[in-house]
Amino acid sequence: MNDMSETEQEMSGSRRKIVLRPTAPIVPAGNIAGSSLMFVISIMSFLACLTLGAVIMVQDTASSWQSQISREITIQIKPEPGMDLEAELIKARDIALTFTGAMDATIVDTAATARLLEPWLGEGLDLDELPVPRLVIVTIDEATPPDFAGMRKALDESVQNVFLDDHRTWVDRLVAMANTTVIIGLCVLALVFMATILTVVFATRGALSGNHHIVEVLHFVGAEASFVASKFQRHFFLIALKGALAGGITAALTFAIASFWASHSLATPESDQATALFGGFSMGAGGYIGALAIVVITAVLTALTTRITVIRTIMEIDLVRSDPTLSI
Amino acid sequence: MIDFDNVGLRYGMGPEVLRDLTFDVPRRSFQFLTGPSGAGKTTLMRLMFMSLQPTRGFVRVFGQDITTIPQQKLPKLRRRIGIVFQDFRLLDHLTTYENVALPLRVRGKEETSYRTDVIELLKWVGLGDRMNVLPPILSGGEKQRAAIARALIDQPEILLADEPTGNVDAPLARRLLRLFLELNKLGTAVIIATHDLSLMDQIDARRMILSGGRLEIYE
Ligand SMILES: Nc1ncnc2c1ncn2[C@@H]1O[C@H](COP(=O)(O)OP(=O)(O)O)[C@@H](O)[C@H]1O
Ligand SMILES: [Mg+2]
Repeated sequence: MNDMSETEQEMSGSRRKIVLRPTAPIVPAGNIAGSSLMFVISIMSFLACLTLGAVIMVQDTASSWQSQISREITIQIKPEPGMDLEAELIKARDIALTFTGAMDATIVDTAATARLLEPWLGEGLDLDELPVPRLVIVTIDEATPPDFAGMRKALDESVQNVFLDDHRTWVDRLVAMANTTVIIGLCVLALVFMATILTVVFATRGALSGNHHIVEVLHFVGAEASFVASKFQRHFFLIALKGALAGGITAALTFAIASFWASHSLATPESDQATALFGGFSMGAGGYIGALAIVVITAVLTALTTRITVIRTIMEIDLVRSDPTLSI
Repeated sequence: MIDFDNVGLRYGMGPEVLRDLTFDVPRRSFQFLTGPSGAGKTTLMRLMFMSLQPTRGFVRVFGQDITTIPQQKLPKLRRRIGIVFQDFRLLDHLTTYENVALPLRVRGKEETSYRTDVIELLKWVGLGDRMNVLPPILSGGEKQRAAIARALIDQPEILLADEPTGNVDAPLARRLLRLFLELNKLGTAVIIATHDLSLMDQIDARRMILSGGRLEIYE
């Protein structure tokens, strides 16, 4: 109680107490230009992250195609009247197995062959009546592939009507296609990056143009260019960081949702199609690091543009000194 | 402190706004700059503030030819000059208090170190109860006083005031004039641009009269 009355006395003794709001930042906190800059930056970083993810996905898929297909080769034997097809198949299998790097060789039996041909020739097929080629599937060790040329020669020497398909042509074509796709993807990524950079630069300059009078007043009351630049730089860096993070996170979520959808509806034809093409929606750690890099680069770029623009604005204000024609 | 030597200025291809100006502003002096509207008072103020360079002749501020001052040295020199713009140029997102404190803030000073000084000055110019108000809400006269307080806050060596009583009534104008005189007694050279004859009649000071681009000085 005593304390209270003492304070009260003190209060009335001194003149009216002055309450000031916490000092506001020199650069105005929020305006329309600032929020539209944030919006533009989030859109651009969203697009850039999405493109990056897509390119990584295509690249991963391309390399997985390559390795999956080259894991197997096939030996094909065409039947001929009077030829003991089964014996030739066994011979071919045994020859293939003598090569190091050939881990396993299986003869596709008549039932399996019939099943393979079912879609074209229908059920209840008697293969003996038809000159259907038969296959030996050889699984190879990718790390130490067998000598295909040697195997082909050995087969030609002792087996009739034999043809060794190491899928070379097929794999080569597929790899070429995948590489083209990746190159196109990289070009798109480069274009999106450039568009992002240009958009960020121009949007930042647009947002700053509304602050010209603030720059001028600060300079006229004695602020050095570096002081003014650092204030604006920090402000716009934070705006850009928020925008870019929003865009990046949205892109990552898009991928996460797509992969969730892909793994939880695997049975549907649509998702099978997508999985066959893209091998599941995953960007891997590289994708997330890349997205983070995009976010950081965008924010730094905005800060840098801000700095350069502010310093140039001040230089222009001072340039008016030397040329009255430029004066406002 | 400020020396003009045969100074001429034209904007672009226009006529010469100022012609053959030769004068100086001595240390601790007090003067009015007058002339009809459009005579070139603001232009002359800008020359003295180094935000404009002469088309011909020499302007020296603090002994330095303003055409040869490197850009990065300008802020330091301008800090020695207080200026009241005709259009105030207050920042709308800062309160009166923050606007007046701005010159100290951009010099890197701590808020605690200048707080009482700023409050004192604001009370002196009659803005004691308008400290937390944003400029758009201030009246013309209040804005003017805030602009004056901002120019004075760091006790400049030279005060340039462009029409500082243009928006205030006569009693307040007298009060502001007293403020300028007081500042002058403390050692600041004061230059007041005005076309208000009644203001000038109140004190016996040097008068610089602009007309037809030329300057006449009555001591
Ligand atoms: N930035 C400018 N560009 C071109 N002409 C200008 C500019 N500023 C002022 N003037 C001209 O210079 C003359 C003097 O203007 P000013 O210095 O503003 O006069 P005062 O302040 O005495 O009214 C006027 O004729 C005006 O039109
Ligand atoms: Mg004027």
